[in-house]
Amino acid sequence: MTSRNPKDLWTGIIYIAVGLAAIIIGRDYGMGTPRKMGPAFFPAILSIILIMIGIISLVRSFLRPGTPVGRFTLRGLLLVTGATLVFGLIVRGAGLIIAMPVLVIVSAYASGKFRWRTSIAMAIVLTVFCILIFLKGLGIPLPILGSWFGG
Amino acid sequence: MELLANLGLGFATAITPTSLLYCFVGVFLGTLIGVLPGLGPTATIAMLLPVTFTLPPVSALIMLAGIYYGSQYGGSTTSILVNVPGEAASVVTTLDGYQMARQGRAGVALTAAAIASFFAGTVATLLLALFAPPLAEVALKFGPADYFSLMVLGLLASVVLAQGSLLHAIGMVVLGLLLGLVGTDVNSGAQRFSFGIPQLADGIGFVVVAMGMFGLAEIIRNLEREEDGTAEVTKITSLMPTKEDWKRMIAPILRGTAIGSALGILPGSGSILGAFAAYSIEKKVSKHGSEFGKGAIEGVAAPEAANNAGAQTSFIPMLTLGIPSNPVMALMVGAMIIHGIQPGPSVITEQPALFWGIIASMWIGNLFLIILNLPLIGMWVRIIMIPYHILFPAILVFCGIGVFSLKNTEFDIYLMALFGMLGYLFVKLDCEPAPMLLAFILGPMMEEYLRRALLLSRGDPMVFITRPISATLLALGVLAILAASLPALYKKREEAFREE
Repeated sequence: MTSRNPKDLWTGIIYIAVGLAAIIIGRDYGMGTPRKMGPAFFPAILSIILIMIGIISLVRSFLRPGTPVGRFTLRGLLLVTGATLVFGLIVRGAGLIIAMPVLVIVSAYASGKFRWRTSIAMAIVLTVFCILIFLKGLGIPLPILGSWFGG
Repeated sequence: MELLANLGLGFATAITPTSLLYCFVGVFLGTLIGVLPGLGPTATIAMLLPVTFTLPPVSALIMLAGIYYGSQYGGSTTSILVNVPGEAASVVTTLDGYQMARQGRAGVALTAAAIASFFAGTVATLLLALFAPPLAEVALKFGPADYFSLMVLGLLASVVLAQGSLLHAIGMVVLGLLLGLVGTDVNSGAQRFSFGIPQLADGIGFVVVAMGMFGLAEIIRNLEREEDGTAEVTKITSLMPTKEDWKRMIAPILRGTAIGSALGILPGSGSILGAFAAYSIEKKVSKHGSEFGKGAIEGVAAPEAANNAGAQTSFIPMLTLGIPSNPVMALMVGAMIIHGIQPGPSVITEQPALFWGIIASMWIGNLFLIILNLPLIGMWVRIIMIPYHILFPAILVFCGIGVFSLKNTEFDIYLMALFGMLGYLFVKLDCEPAPMLLAFILGPMMEEYLRRALLLSRGDPMVFITRPISATLLALGVLAILAASLPALYKKREEAFREE
């Protein structure tokens, strides 16, 4: 027997996994009693419901055919989230003047219409704009040039 | 009259230079971001929220409300001009609005939308002023069990209105509730699901979740279907409707306002349901029914009126019960809590200036919309024409800096990236993120009410069924789910969404 509904199948697996993980992680939190709910009480109820929904979804995936997951842009997913992560990692150390262009250019590369010249221009405009508005204007404590460069 | 005195107090708060300024800035920024194709009100508000956190509460909420209807109106502009709806509620407007634009009547469609929105906004604001105080008094009689059941109802309603699989949406709600519990348990002080990470001790910020799931995930989704190039924007010639147009607009605006106001109050709905309902009813009762879908002005005026009326009346459950009815209201609740205001029935009595000030500023905001949008339409058109591949890195930059500025920690940037990834995966699996965000905000409140309800009933769970208010609310929720899962209705629901 094979699953004919990948969306139901994966959703089911994710829900069951999260529910089980929540129960395992929360096993020492203290259940309490209904009258005096402990910190584990509500999460445990939720986890059980989530696991049940996951099981229904999983079982259903074998009974009811569904549509495939569809087009998936790995490039977009990795570059957009990756650029964001890198931005977070280097923003203090390198400073906005480096982190911001990295974020703009790396993420822009996710688009099929990427052009070096437009992206570099965008990076310069946005960096100047953000330094003026967010750093100077709103006083957000981020360095222009980070500690790695003695900023 | 008490209403007049209250409104007087409201206008006294709202017509100070500061309030007017923030209302204007909110409407302006909201429209500016809202017209960008593919950015709906939820993403817009999440992006602009950090800007308001530095303001005093009244100014911040006035500005946020302005951002909300600004972005909604901006979305309509984009729907009419380029056929790209920013959110579900303006999908309906594309049907006839874009057709009108193709016939060279884009300006008229925009004016119709503006006038319909303004009229509906005015009426809905009055309704809000009339009904909020008595509702809040009723709400004061609510016990913890009733509140718990009300939240269950709201969450189930949001499930029914979500796209995709019903079962998956219920799962998303439970997942959202669980995520909402991350951090310190207020009652015992115990750390839950925080993995010893100090930044998680205060819980996950709702802006982080919203920006990730609605901002980043949306960007990735748009990149996936990239081929459609620069939006082709129709030229705008005359803004002035003809005499015939005016005549045809009046009744649909009135009906749209009534439908939108009524449906906007329902939990889980907001403005989406109203816009759909107003359009289909108008199509049935109109003498020009055959023109619908081919550029009928009624098909723009009615859903736009409903849309905006619903946007205003969805503040009623939020301001009186403290329970958000849609993701946008959930963000407003989160913002209020950050400003130290616990939304609920006591806001009206304890902070009358704030409450009535917000209501008055809603009307002023609607007025700004109409004076701002029609003359500035040329500017909006130029913004709409910015190609997406240039736009999205800028959105990312604002999300990145915005999310950092909340607590000045890079950790939130990582979390946002994670939620962006999850948001995209979930959408691919037919799991709608909107119910999850709502549940995420309600999670801690629900736990607290559950705890209190069970404490009062000495641990007896039957309290939810024996209390009449609670039982009624739960029954309504179950009915909504049953109705949505019936095969006939289920098909209808699919159809309604397929029109996108």
